[in-house]
Amino acid sequence: MSSIDFTWVIGGPQGGGVETAANIFAGACAGCGLKVFGKREYYSNIKGEHSYFGVRVSDKIIRSNVSGITMLVGFDAETLFRHADAVFDDGAIVYESDLSELKIDEVHTLDAQFKERLIKYLLSKNKPLTIQGALDAAKERGVVLYSVSFKEILANLSDETNNPKLRGMFRMQNVLAVSISIGLLGLPPETLLKSVGSIFSRKAEIAEMNKTAANYAYNFATVKYSKFRYQLSPIPKEEHTMMAQGFQSTSLGKIACGCRFQSYYPITPASDESVFLESNEIFEVENNRPGSTLVVQTEDEISAIGMIIGASLTGARSSTSTSGPGFSLMAEALGWAGINEVPIVVTLYQRSGPSTGLPTRHGQDDLQFAIHAGHGDFPRIVYASGDTEEGFYDTAKCFNFADIYQIPVIHMMDKFIASTVSTVKRFDPTKITIERGKLLEKIEAPGYKRFTPSADGISPRSRLGLENGIFWNTGDESDEAGHISEDPENRIYKMDKRAHKMELALEKIPKEDQAINYGISDFCILSWGSTKGPILDAIEMLNKEGYKVGFIQIKLLHPFPTQYIQSLLSGVKKIIDVEANQSGQMGSLLNEYLDRKVDYYILKYTGRPMTCNELFDSIKKIIDNKAEKKQVLTYGV
Amino acid sequence: MVSNVADYKTEVHNDWCPGCGDFGIVSAIQMALAEMEVPRHKAAIFSGVGCSGKTSHYLNVYGVHTLHGRVLPFSQGAKLANPEMTVVAVGGDGDGLGIGAGHFVAAGRRNVDMTYLIFNNGVYGLTKGQASPTLKLGLQTKSLPEPNVNQSVNPIALAIASGFTFVARGYAYDVRQLKDLIIAAVKHRGLSFLDVLQPCPTYNDINTRDWFSGMDNIDEMTNRPRPRIYKLEDVGYDPVVHIDSPQEENEKLTQALIKSNEWDAKIPTGIFYKNDIAQSYDQRMAERIPNYLENPPAYQEISAAGKSITDISKMLDKLEI
Repeated sequence: MSSIDFTWVIGGPQGGGVETAANIFAGACAGCGLKVFGKREYYSNIKGEHSYFGVRVSDKIIRSNVSGITMLVGFDAETLFRHADAVFDDGAIVYESDLSELKIDEVHTLDAQFKERLIKYLLSKNKPLTIQGALDAAKERGVVLYSVSFKEILANLSDETNNPKLRGMFRMQNVLAVSISIGLLGLPPETLLKSVGSIFSRKAEIAEMNKTAANYAYNFATVKYSKFRYQLSPIPKEEHTMMAQGFQSTSLGKIACGCRFQSYYPITPASDESVFLESNEIFEVENNRPGSTLVVQTEDEISAIGMIIGASLTGARSSTSTSGPGFSLMAEALGWAGINEVPIVVTLYQRSGPSTGLPTRHGQDDLQFAIHAGHGDFPRIVYASGDTEEGFYDTAKCFNFADIYQIPVIHMMDKFIASTVSTVKRFDPTKITIERGKLLEKIEAPGYKRFTPSADGISPRSRLGLENGIFWNTGDESDEAGHISEDPENRIYKMDKRAHKMELALEKIPKEDQAINYGISDFCILSWGSTKGPILDAIEMLNKEGYKVGFIQIKLLHPFPTQYIQSLLSGVKKIIDVEANQSGQMGSLLNEYLDRKVDYYILKYTGRPMTCNELFDSIKKIIDNKAEKKQVLTYGV
Repeated sequence: MVSNVADYKTEVHNDWCPGCGDFGIVSAIQMALAEMEVPRHKAAIFSGVGCSGKTSHYLNVYGVHTLHGRVLPFSQGAKLANPEMTVVAVGGDGDGLGIGAGHFVAAGRRNVDMTYLIFNNGVYGLTKGQASPTLKLGLQTKSLPEPNVNQSVNPIALAIASGFTFVARGYAYDVRQLKDLIIAAVKHRGLSFLDVLQPCPTYNDINTRDWFSGMDNIDEMTNRPRPRIYKLEDVGYDPVVHIDSPQEENEKLTQALIKSNEWDAKIPTGIFYKNDIAQSYDQRMAERIPNYLENPPAYQEISAAGKSITDISKMLDKLEI
């Protein structure tokens, strides 16, 4: 599909600097104008368990990972055992030479289920149950092996630079491994060094030391080894390209669109957003005093949502960010915001549930829950972003929805987007609008009533502290002033007033914000959220082979844009539902709202994001009429 | 501006039981607001759920009747977003020390500049009198099928252990003292806690108004009841942390804890502990965000003609390659 399509994977124990290494690699490639798409996989663990980071590199836009690895880097046994098999036949493995005699049984972090599969595989290949066995099995397929003694490099570097400390700096293996990879791939050293410098920019001394090491390892690789068969070369850089992680998009969106209060309880993968906000709590505001975001870490998620409701009542744009378990705790207060018409935004970074589930893995498990969370009937908007870039602009939209319709908005993000590092176009804050709906700045005369009837059902909104604007709120049903009322007629007025917002939202939210139509065809994929990237990449691959398939990405999941979706589907013969959950949660919505049923499901719930290849294969099967109604994807460890 | 108490009352029909201690508390709050001349729109009453939850509807200031146990999160969020507001949170003992106990402890640690009143009556009134967290072990109030099997929590001691910087106790039938305590609590910079003994005439037939006034404990010499309630100020108790030293703080915390254990024969009211030296949350925030108090979240300008005026270019520059 692209002239360059290269996947580099580095693995190692959690806490061993894998992420740093991957960021350096991605930065070095992106610095050469290349597009990168990287994802991190890790266990729920602080130190020691296996984590790995894959960076896909291309000269064209890429939006997903592939099945398979072009170059694997491992300086620990587990990485080699787990991933050697996934290296393409024409790929390479760069590994620590010391490890080769290590046996499977000596690696304690390998779980029993995986071990059993690995032993079976090596026995079938007639290989010893050691690292060498795994490497030889790969070599037989054509994989090139680069044996490197990282210890020796450190020792030599230590001698040459007269710095005895370096000898024991095993943490630097990461930087060495990246630098050797970059050397083997033929990229220039300058961008590598720049990337190393910017990763360690907080500590000048450490940055210098790492740069020296990087330079040394780069030269070592170019002198000692022959070039790898895949060579990368710089291409013209597109202006205003950033390398960003998903969670940064919603954070920056919040700052730009005026969210000034965020509370949260620590949870993976959502807390990164709050930490980013706190790290950037003060900022400049045009022609105005400096602005700030007050970020409050609370005692639990109940408090987090309670606080943002309180803050929102003062007129401040307020939000919290959480994941499934935290959102479960928020359900009751969500209803309070609903009945009292308080605008709040909950950024929901989904992961695999139920319960703690796969706490550090991906999943789109919470769509139905987001739509139904909380007891009683009340309106809310559920809106899903498909990637990092959408995350930025959609955040601003979500705050507008909250303000305009005076309702809670749940912004669906997920672990895949949160921990993906990719090259994206610089976010443009001038493209976002800020609409505060009927929020009042001033009330001239007494007599204000918070829930006074209005033509569109949305009442002017006062805020705590406003003169003449006193109101009451209660979790009980209430009258126009906000006092408790159990009157049956009032109940109908209030219930209908709130419910009407859903119709209003469907009427007012532009079609292009409800769903994105990437083209309609006989076979049409319907999906939501982060499956967007793998789907678009898979479609490109399919088109190259002459297959046609349409794609509609639904962004507004609740209220469901029935009419619009229905109209798009009029000529479609088969609907394919693609989702990262077990039951096909959006598929259930389609079955509920459309006058037809989903024809095929492609689902993945291993906790690992879809790759474009596995999607390509499964869609192709459907078009070739060789597919079961439901296909379950499994790639990834 | 001279305020009068009537300005702080609403027309809403009050449906508390006749003789309920809550009436005294709501009057004391109205009197305190009037005496402090807090503009009505600058005050907000947050309430939990239960009989006491209705308090906010009887006060003619911003009134937010929240969820069961969650009054502290809601009220802290509002105060932090708009520090200009006078924020008073109220709730029952089940609300604050049962379902909301986690928030109680966390709020103490934060020390946000606001006031929290617990209407303490030992029972869950609105659900027909189950035992609440402050009911003593072994007591069997009117509607309990069996005597209470749980130890009671000591609200004063818990507040002190959690870090509240103003801890006091009032009595619902001593409205004048309660009003003064509320004023002192509101004026305190930091989180102030008021444990208000509030007899429930319907479901707590043990800790009644008569019980508090010692009608069951007649002095044989004078033939008069020996009241259980007494005022700390009358016995020369000094609750204030006067100097910034850990030793002074420890002494004042310890004496407050000891006092908090008095019950049954003698029940102290008044201020147990007052520390004006400890920084409040907003003061700590203002050290981090220099213009936090003059430009808090509620008052920040975020847009002009529908466009963002926040400059995020430096943050974007950092991400550029």
